[in-house]
Amino acid sequence: MIRYLLPLGIFAGLVLIFIYGLQHDPRLVPSPLIDKPAPTFNLPTLHSPGINIHLDDLKGKVSLLNVWASWCVACREEHPLLVKTSQTNALNLYGLNYKDTREDALRWLNKLGNPYIESAFDQAGTIGIDYGVYGVPETFVLDKNGIIRYKHIGPLNKQDIDDIILPLVKQLEQPAS
Amino acid sequence: MIPELGHFALILALAMAIIQTIFPIAGAANGNQAWMSLARPVARLQFVFISISFAVLIYLFLTNDFSVAYVAQNSNSLLPAIYRFSAVWGAHEGSLLLWAVILSLWTTAVTFYSKRLPNFFLARVIGVMGAVSVGFLLFMLLTSNPFERLFPVPADGSDLNPLLQDPGLIIHPPMLYMGYVGFSVAFGFAIAALLGGNLDSSWARWSRPWTLLAWAFLTIGIALGSWWAYYELGWGGWWFWDPVENASFMPWLIGTALIHSFAATEKRDVFKNWTILLAICAFALSLLGTFLVRSGVLTSVHAFATDPERGVFILVLLGFFVGGSLLLYALRAPSTVKGGQFKLISRETFLLFNSILFLVAMLTVLLGTLYPLIAEALGMGKLSVGAPYFNAVFIPIMTPVALLIGIGAIVRWKQDDYIRVGKQLRYLFLASLVVGGILGITFFDNHLFRTIAGIVAALWVILTSLSALMSRLKHRQNKLVALQTIPRGFYGMTLAHIGFAVTIIGITITSQHSVDVHQRMAPGDVVAFADYQFSLEALRPTIGPNFKATEAVVKVTKNGKHVTDLHSQKRIYTVRNMPMTEAGIDSSLMRDIYVSLGEPLDDNAWSIRLYHKPFVRWIWLGAIFMALGGLLAATDRRYRLKVESNKTAPVEGGAVSLKS
Repeated sequence: MIRYLLPLGIFAGLVLIFIYGLQHDPRLVPSPLIDKPAPTFNLPTLHSPGINIHLDDLKGKVSLLNVWASWCVACREEHPLLVKTSQTNALNLYGLNYKDTREDALRWLNKLGNPYIESAFDQAGTIGIDYGVYGVPETFVLDKNGIIRYKHIGPLNKQDIDDIILPLVKQLEQPAS
Repeated sequence: MIPELGHFALILALAMAIIQTIFPIAGAANGNQAWMSLARPVARLQFVFISISFAVLIYLFLTNDFSVAYVAQNSNSLLPAIYRFSAVWGAHEGSLLLWAVILSLWTTAVTFYSKRLPNFFLARVIGVMGAVSVGFLLFMLLTSNPFERLFPVPADGSDLNPLLQDPGLIIHPPMLYMGYVGFSVAFGFAIAALLGGNLDSSWARWSRPWTLLAWAFLTIGIALGSWWAYYELGWGGWWFWDPVENASFMPWLIGTALIHSFAATEKRDVFKNWTILLAICAFALSLLGTFLVRSGVLTSVHAFATDPERGVFILVLLGFFVGGSLLLYALRAPSTVKGGQFKLISRETFLLFNSILFLVAMLTVLLGTLYPLIAEALGMGKLSVGAPYFNAVFIPIMTPVALLIGIGAIVRWKQDDYIRVGKQLRYLFLASLVVGGILGITFFDNHLFRTIAGIVAALWVILTSLSALMSRLKHRQNKLVALQTIPRGFYGMTLAHIGFAVTIIGITITSQHSVDVHQRMAPGDVVAFADYQFSLEALRPTIGPNFKATEAVVKVTKNGKHVTDLHSQKRIYTVRNMPMTEAGIDSSLMRDIYVSLGEPLDDNAWSIRLYHKPFVRWIWLGAIFMALGGLLAATDRRYRLKVESNKTAPVEGGAVSLKS
C-alpha cells in the first residue's frame, strides 16, 4: 500500500512548494546593493551635453533614481504616475536614461512630460551595470548620504508610491537620532 | 450583443459539461443504461456550444470589436487579418478557450470512434473528460472571461505582442494543445479503468492509438515552437530550457515513456500499474504546464500575462485532478491482477528501462525548472537554473536511450537468447563505430569526440531499426508481399526511431560546429566568414502594416559565386513601441546561413550577427519523422478493426472484472 501512496506523497510535496511559490513574487530580487553606498557616477545630463551630473549632486536630500529609456514599454506605463507625483514636489526624482539616444529620449520627455529634476545620460549603459540594472524601469531610493535604501524593479504603481516609497522617504528625512 | 452570445454559449457549454460528468459516471456506477447513454449526445452538444463561443471570439477579433477587453488588449485595427485570427489565442483568456475547445474536440472524437468500447467504460471516459472540462470552463467564467466588456471603448486596440506576430505562431499553440490536451484521453481511459477495476490488455489497446495521436501532435507542436524561437528571437538558438518550453517538454517525455509502456501492456499484459501511473502523470504534467505558464510562480523569458489569483485556481484544479487520481490509484492499483511473466533478456525489460529513463529525464527537467522555487522555499536565496545544468544532466540520460532503442528493436518478447541478440548486434555496432568514426574525421576537424559519439549513436539507432525490418523479411519468399503485410505499427516505430536518430545528428552537429561572428558593418563592407563572403549591399527603411523597419540586404557569395540575398529587418512595432528582429535565413539540408541585424552604431553602420549552423534543419526533420511515425502507428489496422471486438472486449454490464 505504501508503495502505491508514494506518487501521491510526491505530488503533495510539489503542491506545498507551489503554495509557497504563489505567495512570493519571483520578480522581487533583493539587491546586494541595499544599505551600501550607491555606485558613483559622473555623466552628462540629458538636456545639456556640456554639463555633468555627479552622484554628489543627489546627496544631502533623500532622492529617487529612476532608470528609464524611451524604448522601454513598461516605462511608458509608470510615466504618467511619475509626472503626477513630481507635481506634488514630494520627491527628489532623478532619472538615469539608460542605453538610449539623446534625440529619442528628449522627444519622449517632450511628448509625455518630464518628472525628473535632471536625467543623467548613460548611453553606454555602464552606470546601469554598476547599479545591477537588469530590467528597465528600476527605481532606487537613496538616503541623504547616498546610501541605497530600497530598490524597486519594474513599473511603479500608485500603491507602491503611496505605501512604500513615500513613507520610506519621510522616515529617511528624519534627522538621525 | 454578439459578445454576450459567446459568453452565453460558454455558460451552456459548462452546463453540458456538468451533465456529461455526473450522469454517465453515476450511471456506470449504478448500471443505469439511460444515464450512461447520455454521454455521447451531451459531449457532442458541449462541443457545439463551445465551438459557437470560439467562433464568436474569432468574429470579434476579425471585426475589431474593441468594446471587448480581451480584443482591445491583444489586437489592433492595423494588425493583418491572419494575425487578428491567431491573436484569439495570443493571451491568457483565449488560450484557455482554445484549451477547452480542443478538450471538447478530443472528447467528441472519442464519442465517434468508440464503437468497440463497452457502454459503462465509455460513460466513465466521457465523464472524466467532462469533469476536466467543467474545471476549465469554471476557471474561464470565474477568473478569465474572454468576453468581458470594456468601458469606455478605446479608439483602437493595444496590438498583439509582436513576438507572436509570426506565421509559426499561428499553428504552434493549436498543435501543442492538441498534444497536451490529447493526453486527457489517456487520462480518461486510465481513470475509467481504475474506477471499474478492469485493467486488462484491451484497456491498453483502446487508449494506445489516442495516446500515439496526442504524442504525434505534441511532437510537432514542440518542434514548431523550437523552430519559431530559432528564427524569431534572432539569436539563432533553437532550445532555451525556458520554463515555458520545459512545460511542454515534460509531458512529451512522459508521453514517450507512456507509448512504449502501452506497447508492453497491450502485447504482453505487463506493467499495468506502471502504465496507469504514466498516463496520470502525462496529463498531470499537462495541467502543471498550464499552471506554471499561467500562474507566474516562475519567471520566464516568455513572460506572458500572469496573475497569482488565477494561479490559485489552477492549483486547486491540479490538486483535485492529480491528487484525486493518485489517491484512486493508491486505493485500486494494489488489487490489480499480475500480468504475464517475462525474462531478463526480453523486449519487456528494454521497454521498462526505456520508460524509466524517460521518467528520470522528466524528473531532471522538473527539478531544474522548479529548483529556483524549491531553493527559495528552503531559504537558500534566489537563483536560476540555466542551460548548463540541463545539458549536463540530459545528455547522459539520452545516451543510454539511444543504446536501448537499438537493442529493444531486435530483442524478442517474453524471452530471448543473449547469444542470438549479441550475434545480430555486434556487426551493427562495429559498423556504426567505423562509419561514424570515418564520417566524423572526414568532415570535421574539432570537437571530434562528441561529434563522433553523436553520429555513432544515430547510426546505431538507424542500422538496428533497419536490421529489425530486414529480419522480418528474411524468411519470406515474396519480399514485396511481406513488406505489405508488416503492420503499420512496426513501420511507425521504425520511422520514429529513425527520426530520433536524425534529431540526434542535428543536435550534435549544430551544437558542436555552429559558428558566429558579431560584426560592425556599413553598406559596402564585406566580411569573410565560414567559407562565405557576406557583403552588406544596402540598409534601407521600410514600412509594414503596423511597424517601421530598417532592412539590411546582405549578399552572400562563395568563391565568387552568388549564393543568395538575405534580408534581415529591425522592426519597431509602433503601437507597443517594441523592437523585433527578423532574421534573414538561407536554409538547406546541410546548413543554415543566418543574418540578424543588431543595434545601430554611429555613421550608418550597424552591428550585424552572422551565423553558420550546419545540420540545424535535421533537428526538426527528425521531429517530423517521429510525428509521422506516431501517426502511422496510431492508424494501425488492429485499431480500426471492428469485428474482432467480441473476442477481447469484456462483456458489457458493469462489474465483470471488478477486483476491488
